[in-house]
Amino acid sequence: MFAFAVRRITQAIVVMLVISLIGFAIKHEIGDPVRDIVGVSVSVAEREALRDKLGLNDPFIMQYARFVKDALHGDLGHSFFFKKPALDVITAKAPATLELVFVSSLIIIFVSIPIGIYTAINPKNWFSRLTMGVSIVGVSIPVFLTAIILIYIFAVELHWLPSYGRGQTINIYGWESGFFTLDGLKHLILPSIALSSIMLPLFIRLIRSEMMEVLETEYVKFAWAKGLSKYRIWLLHAFKNTLLPVITVGGVQLGILIAFTILTETVFQWQGMGFMFLEAVERSDTALLVAYLIVVGALFVVVNTIVDIIYGLVNPTVRITGRK
Amino acid sequence: MRKKWHRFKNSYFLYSFKRDWIAVASFVVFITLVFVSLASPVLAPYDPYDSSSIDVMDAEIPPSWMEGGEERFLFGTDIQGRDLLSTMFYGMRLSVFIGCGAVLLQAFIGILIGMISGYLGGKVDAFLMRIADVQLSFSTMMVAIIISAIFQVAFGVGRYEELAAPLLIIIIGLAEWPQYARTVRASVLGEKSKEYVEAARVIGLSPRRIRWRHILPNALSPVLVISTIQVANAVMSEAALSFLGLGMPITKPSLGSLINAGFEYIFSGSWWITLFPGILLVIFVLVVNLLGDWLRDVMNPKLYKG
Repeated sequence: MFAFAVRRITQAIVVMLVISLIGFAIKHEIGDPVRDIVGVSVSVAEREALRDKLGLNDPFIMQYARFVKDALHGDLGHSFFFKKPALDVITAKAPATLELVFVSSLIIIFVSIPIGIYTAINPKNWFSRLTMGVSIVGVSIPVFLTAIILIYIFAVELHWLPSYGRGQTINIYGWESGFFTLDGLKHLILPSIALSSIMLPLFIRLIRSEMMEVLETEYVKFAWAKGLSKYRIWLLHAFKNTLLPVITVGGVQLGILIAFTILTETVFQWQGMGFMFLEAVERSDTALLVAYLIVVGALFVVVNTIVDIIYGLVNPTVRITGRK
Repeated sequence: MRKKWHRFKNSYFLYSFKRDWIAVASFVVFITLVFVSLASPVLAPYDPYDSSSIDVMDAEIPPSWMEGGEERFLFGTDIQGRDLLSTMFYGMRLSVFIGCGAVLLQAFIGILIGMISGYLGGKVDAFLMRIADVQLSFSTMMVAIIISAIFQVAFGVGRYEELAAPLLIIIIGLAEWPQYARTVRASVLGEKSKEYVEAARVIGLSPRRIRWRHILPNALSPVLVISTIQVANAVMSEAALSFLGLGMPITKPSLGSLINAGFEYIFSGSWWITLFPGILLVIFVLVVNLLGDWLRDVMNPKLYKG
């Protein structure tokens, strides 16, 4: 197990190095730190002097090594637009995205598990058929369209919920939170529903198919023969064994939610990392773009590594090949 | 030729197709949509790329059955005064074109890598599949957004918009090849140890010939199955990128950029600019997904479903 964990972590480090290399290459090829510092009226000679001073004329490898060293110290460069360290900009925006992902995951968990179990137990029931039908349609609707339709119905037509922004937030130890005001919670409803809509069909289908498989196994039949109550069999015996694949797939999918926050945040003007990333692209703010790439890359790698290690703990067969 | 047609007529494939009304219905819708999009220059009442026929005074006219709507514009007009129906036809043509192009590129890269990795095995295989794994774990959407963001910054917004269609094909192709590589590799691994490959080797055929002429044709059927679903994915990715402003510009709108353009006007009540392209997009993706599901059930290969 220890060897497996070490191999996993080594791989994570290699991936992080590759991501940082890509990030650095972008910065090196596209960004111009001199432009970020000086104005238009600075002469070419002065620019060259500045380039030398900043070490921009050093070989690629040396600059890359410096980049990694700085990154390890938490310095991911300076945002051209915000005139602040890029990492500060990102950490200021991160709470918004993380809260959105958190609420969406809660919705996904509390909606998909009961529905998944129900449809597995009663596969022929009209509700189950309806759910399966709706889930195919749901997979085919892009998340931004769901978001727009929600805005049109609940914000433009009915005026029930606000359509954009985070509303009123409270600062708790530097964490701008929308959880503790009514306004903030109201603003959370539509974006989190839109974001969870992309994963819900997938999770319901996953839980349903795993649960149906488990219900066919010998030990469940034995439990029936023993005369246990049906709820005990369904919820305690069968569901427990469905959870394993669901957790592993779920862990990875929740990471993927981050990708979809970019779309959701754009529609709702949600002031999170995804919205900031697109603004950085529009403003050609290379440093911020690269910093986002590295932070989100790290987030993905950490989540995936943890999920893999947990999976290795509960399912020893993967440790041998070291492959999913 | 006739014999082939006869064999096809009696095949299990056609039989199961005719029995499944969902598959038939989605196939009919799919063919209609593809036909409409290919024939859009003939079918569309107006040419949305022809700026001389566009009048800004016509902007934001509601659909013809609503109050203020005009006979000329069945589904109303968009913000630039273009007939929405014609613009949607042209937009779908672009979406289908980019989707299919991207799938061809993915299939090319994926089959090449999957083939090499499955046939050679060992270190090369481990390395290539690791890359595929890592890229998949980042989700194709994220990779596509990041590549297009990099391209946009590198090319500049103006140049990017000029080259948008081929660039989108490259972006989506690069983002989604691992699906193909994994499928092809799995099926090559299955074929490699079969007797006909052994026989070919004993005859003394070159490994290259065995790889491309003997193994590959037998490894292709799962590729066909995932191709349908990949087309749906590629169209969705294209729409998402265009919606983010990283895809087709509004002068040459795809369905995604039309939805994006309409979204800004939804607060003033012009819902049709967003809704109609949206419905068209959902219908297209839905029928392709349904066809893909049906195809998978018929061919029933054990596929990696990501």
